[in-house]
Amino acid sequence: MTATTRRPSRSGIRGGEALSGYLFTAPMLLLLGLFLVVPVLMALWVSFSDWSGRGSPLSGDVHFVGLNNYSALLTGGGLAEQDFGTALKNNAWYVVLVVPLQTALSLFLAVLVNRQILKGRGFFRTAFYFPSVTSSVAITVLWLFLFNSTGAVNKLLSFIGVKGPNWFNDPDGIIHNFFGLFGVKTGPAVLTGNTALGVSWWDWLGGPSVAMTAFVLLAVFTTSGTFMLLFIAGLQSLGGDVTEAAMMDGANGWQRFWKVTLPQLRPTLFTVLTLGLIGCWQVFDQIYTGTKGGPGKTTLTPAFLSYQSAFNNQQWGQGAAIAFILFMIIVFFTLVQRWVLAERKVSKRRMRGYEIPPSGTPVAAPTQPGRDKEGQR
Amino acid sequence: MSTMTKAATSRSFTRTARPGGRAIAARSLLYALLVALAIVYIFPFLIQVATSFKTEAEAAANPLSLVPATFSTAAYERLFLHSDFPIWFKNSVIVTVFVTLGRVFFNSLAGYALARLNFRGRNLMFAGLIAVMSVPGVVLLIPKFLVINQIGIYDSYAGMIIPLLTDAAGIFIMKNFFESIPVSVEEQARIDGAGTFRVFWSVVLPMARPALVTIIILSFQGSWNELSHFIVSTQSPDLVTLTKGVASLASGQLSQGTQYPIKLAAAAIMTVPVAVMFFIFQKRIMNASDGAVKE
Repeated sequence: MTATTRRPSRSGIRGGEALSGYLFTAPMLLLLGLFLVVPVLMALWVSFSDWSGRGSPLSGDVHFVGLNNYSALLTGGGLAEQDFGTALKNNAWYVVLVVPLQTALSLFLAVLVNRQILKGRGFFRTAFYFPSVTSSVAITVLWLFLFNSTGAVNKLLSFIGVKGPNWFNDPDGIIHNFFGLFGVKTGPAVLTGNTALGVSWWDWLGGPSVAMTAFVLLAVFTTSGTFMLLFIAGLQSLGGDVTEAAMMDGANGWQRFWKVTLPQLRPTLFTVLTLGLIGCWQVFDQIYTGTKGGPGKTTLTPAFLSYQSAFNNQQWGQGAAIAFILFMIIVFFTLVQRWVLAERKVSKRRMRGYEIPPSGTPVAAPTQPGRDKEGQR
Repeated sequence: MSTMTKAATSRSFTRTARPGGRAIAARSLLYALLVALAIVYIFPFLIQVATSFKTEAEAAANPLSLVPATFSTAAYERLFLHSDFPIWFKNSVIVTVFVTLGRVFFNSLAGYALARLNFRGRNLMFAGLIAVMSVPGVVLLIPKFLVINQIGIYDSYAGMIIPLLTDAAGIFIMKNFFESIPVSVEEQARIDGAGTFRVFWSVVLPMARPALVTIIILSFQGSWNELSHFIVSTQSPDLVTLTKGVASLASGQLSQGTQYPIKLAAAAIMTVPVAVMFFIFQKRIMNASDGAVKE
């Protein structure tokens, strides 16, 4: 019934509008479909097939092999599993170091340059942000120079009497090195005897290699500026009233930051952590430009391994399978993070108990939960 | 106004809370810290430029000095006169220009439709867009190659440019912007008898300049710095871009030896266009995120 009554208006102005709606979005739909949806479906097929890179993956001589590619990576016991385990280990350490460091540094920078009465704010912001706009290739090339065995960094270290390592050629894990200082060269049998994904527990716990550590520093250097801008935006959207109230209450700068400012920044913090995590699991450009996975496969990452297996070793099925496992990992960690940050809502509520009474303004109470929910979504 | 009074009150607070001497000490400490940090962030780029003008021997022997002992442009001569570097540069320019123009046009078209036009499936389309945005790019390396290969645009400009036109985030930005401008202007034009595309092209788009600049900045930077897509979409030496070419330099494909001045010169040149854009649009880049949150 309603359809018939609407029909005349549809074919009139409304109808024209709908038509142009489809026309306007058609190019983008076509592009997104062709280069995002179709590729993912095709790669999903390849990850279940024995395609070797010759001809079309959709042709008749490509066979469905079930979960073979996935099981070769996860339980195969061969080189594929060991490489995948190594790549996961390397990238996990990379994430563990980069995400907290970049978040803390960018927050620190944001707080420093966000002072109202700071002279040269623009200059400092520009300086901190500039590394973020340069290409990862250019900055990796620079890093290779700075961190070569006789490079600028080791020169600086020599001024304070430290003999720097041969950064990008040093495959030793930094935690292993730390134990090495105390004469511990091999781990207990429990750790060296058992393996997970073809990598011994002792190696899992070895920390990132010295080479990977240089990449960690690179990532912190290039991303802190971007996240600083996000934190500055977050800081500026906070009303000054709560902070002022805390000031009146006699809270010093340190207390104000931890108990008043930081809890209010939770939405921004969530964004930064999520973006950081997603970005860190995708390291590719730097590895491709810098080390190609070496030395001793200690800078191999799943993203690079996926590329290498497919394009260099013609193991297309495995390469695609790695990409999908990586996708799952990223989705998994994003959900975990969302869940962890949402859980703390309880302590946040306690926090709110702190904030309202001293401020005394009734306005502060209703705005608080609203902002909170926005951030969680 | 409110920020001024806020600044004034907080200043008076610090003044009353602390004796003057300590405040000045704290202030100088803050500046010292900021300057030290700024040096850490800027120094690598100064070294980069300085080293590109050094001789290879000096680059190795004296990596920290900012003034070359013997000023040499050999690295730049080598790059521009005796290597494929100009081709790389040309390819990067071509790709960047077309990707940026294409994105500006298609993003604003789609953003406008999603923000303003009523048609069936609009909400579904928008949900799909959000879903697509969450697929990490690196996961798409192999998939993209498969499709590019399948439809026969592997190793061509089309294969380099067209897939990069997909930009869900850009559509999102444009949609948000169009929703923030009042409908009344468009309605006036429509009453005057202008068609939808006409309204979009001559009324709405000119008003969308700030958002378009954001898209231009993001697209320019994104396509100029893109590496992985070109790795999987081309193999011919004629289609190498700066990122791909300089990455091959890094692994020492030009000749033996470390060749640091050449590598750093190449890296410096490829940084120049983004740096120029950055300084032109600096205010906008710095305030872009501020404005988005404040509004």
